[in-house]
Amino acid sequence: MQAIRLSAYTLTSALGSGLDAHLAALRQQRGGIVKKRWETVDFDVCIGEVAGLDDVRLPPALQHYDCRNNRLAQLALEQDGFVASVQAAVARHGAGRIGVFLGSSTSGILSSEQAYRQRDAQTGALPPGHRYRETHNAYSVADFVRHFFGLSGPACVVSTACSSSAKVFGTAQRMLAAGLIDAAIVGGVDTLCLTTIYGFSSLQLVSPNPCRPFDGERDGISVGEGAAYALLERAELAQPGDILFTGIGESSDAYHMSSPHPQGLGARAAMEQALSMAGLHAADIGYINLHGTATPSNDAAEGAAVLSLFGRETPCSSTKGHTGHTLGAAGGIEAVFSVLALREGLLPGGVGTRQVDAQLPCNYLLQTLEQPLQHVLSNSFGFGGSNCSLVFSRVGA
Amino acid sequence: MSTVTVFLDGLSVLGPGMPDWSAAQPCLQGQQAYAAAEVVLPPAQALPATERRRVGAAVKLSMAVGLAAVADAAADAAQLPNIFSSTGGDCENCHTLLDVLASDERLISPTRFHNSVHNAPAGYWGIATGCTAASTSLCAYDATFAAGLLECATQALSSPQPCLLVSFDTAYPEPLYAQRPIPYPMGVGMLLSAQGSASSKARLQLSFSHEPATTMPDAGLEQLRLSIPSARSLPLLQLLASGQPGRVVIDYLDDCRLAIEVAA
Repeated sequence: MQAIRLSAYTLTSALGSGLDAHLAALRQQRGGIVKKRWETVDFDVCIGEVAGLDDVRLPPALQHYDCRNNRLAQLALEQDGFVASVQAAVARHGAGRIGVFLGSSTSGILSSEQAYRQRDAQTGALPPGHRYRETHNAYSVADFVRHFFGLSGPACVVSTACSSSAKVFGTAQRMLAAGLIDAAIVGGVDTLCLTTIYGFSSLQLVSPNPCRPFDGERDGISVGEGAAYALLERAELAQPGDILFTGIGESSDAYHMSSPHPQGLGARAAMEQALSMAGLHAADIGYINLHGTATPSNDAAEGAAVLSLFGRETPCSSTKGHTGHTLGAAGGIEAVFSVLALREGLLPGGVGTRQVDAQLPCNYLLQTLEQPLQHVLSNSFGFGGSNCSLVFSRVGA
Repeated sequence: MSTVTVFLDGLSVLGPGMPDWSAAQPCLQGQQAYAAAEVVLPPAQALPATERRRVGAAVKLSMAVGLAAVADAAADAAQLPNIFSSTGGDCENCHTLLDVLASDERLISPTRFHNSVHNAPAGYWGIATGCTAASTSLCAYDATFAAGLLECATQALSSPQPCLLVSFDTAYPEPLYAQRPIPYPMGVGMLLSAQGSASSKARLQLSFSHEPATTMPDAGLEQLRLSIPSARSLPLLQLLASGQPGRVVIDYLDDCRLAIEVAA
């Protein structure tokens, strides 16, 4: 594929707002998962919560989009000069030539969860202030971001569970290749809600403690929330040190709704396709940001796929021990973690993992390493058997 | 360049008064008055019996529409990248989850939870057809059909295989129905390819436009077009039913519509 430049990027999670907070947390191997009572959940739960969302105020003209998810969307947009970068891209290309492709799995469904608790006792009607279209509907966050910037190009929300905001890189790449746009805002936003906390609990996939990806005693995920964005443009003018998006692989397990293929065949296919599109071999990858959810079956399947394709040497880790599993936002957040790793030559040591599963003898990093990187792979695998792997590369001197 | 060209290799529809494409054509061509009628969703025969019993309208509808479009093109479903485009996914399932979460006993069923992901119909599609190709599930509220068509067209252009679009919408029960009054389930299937073949039905050229969307001359069909996102496809379906070349503009986002030139 024609390489695509990341002109700007940012992320916000339980580790803080913006890139600097995340770099510091990676260097210190500090996690943001805490055990607490959240909203009306009737048990203590370990979550990766973003601080300060209750205080975010949307612009007056966009008040009808107000919900936890769009507050996080805005808080994340306002970091790292991302707004100015988009505005400069609008000036370069025009508002109609910039796409908005975001991933989310639950959008602002929390607003409907709360509205259902406030139904009229007689009629069953939702409270009058409830705005389904602008909050709960899956498209809500792309609609909000599109209006925030006054854009008039194509837009959609990809919702393929935990691969959502990785797959939007593919949507943007194909739109750029077709000549329909000149730039795209990609990324993902997902926030805490009852649906995921109770839902993953019903599947017995939630750990009672902060999650431990690839640990021999891992026992489930920690649900997190977060947002990440990247501004993508064609790479004709790429300079040394720039970060390029160079490959994507997308596959389906065709196996089970909520369990991965045991040998990770779909995961392996996605990684192989991403390498192939980037014109790389497994040995070219210097670091793999694993999907690494910390459930017994997910990590076993991914570990098997990684071992079969990369062997035991390639350094890898999951940053879900830092942030929790941010679901539809995870692919975008981990894409930006991968970009940070490339830019800084920083290979994150996992958080929460004490003893790597002996059955998964990957080169799983328990300590952060600093060494130069050229190419990085990021994995995202979701419910319904939706797999996506991304390759990012640094332009050499 | 801001126009993309793809070929239509397969087509299907399932909606009120439109049990399949051949039954839909007379009213689209104006030869027969359009009458909405309750939609009968066939069981998802392609799924194993244990799964078939548990799936709701979204899976039944999307699978029927997808399989009909694949059959129309005489293609192999297992080989096709696919796009599932829907504004609400399985709305009935979503309502039930919200209802349980608002109750004192928040014991939600694991099956209901995994069926709540927007890509559940795509997941069942993969299980039923054995397709391991790329699969994207997306939403763009009322723009859901055009967004899916664009995603499918650009996927087809970057893939050696044709790409399947399944655009479908289901209805919420109350109380969400009051905010999102979709009156009937409806789905449209299309198989698009970059190269076309001797059996391709039409060539489609897509480009963005500021023109207003083409409306339906029949009042009932116009009402349908405006009330279901997937039915925003009706002007295109009408042109395809006519068998004539032509041009329509279909609804997309508020300030951006999609012009489609159809050639034989």
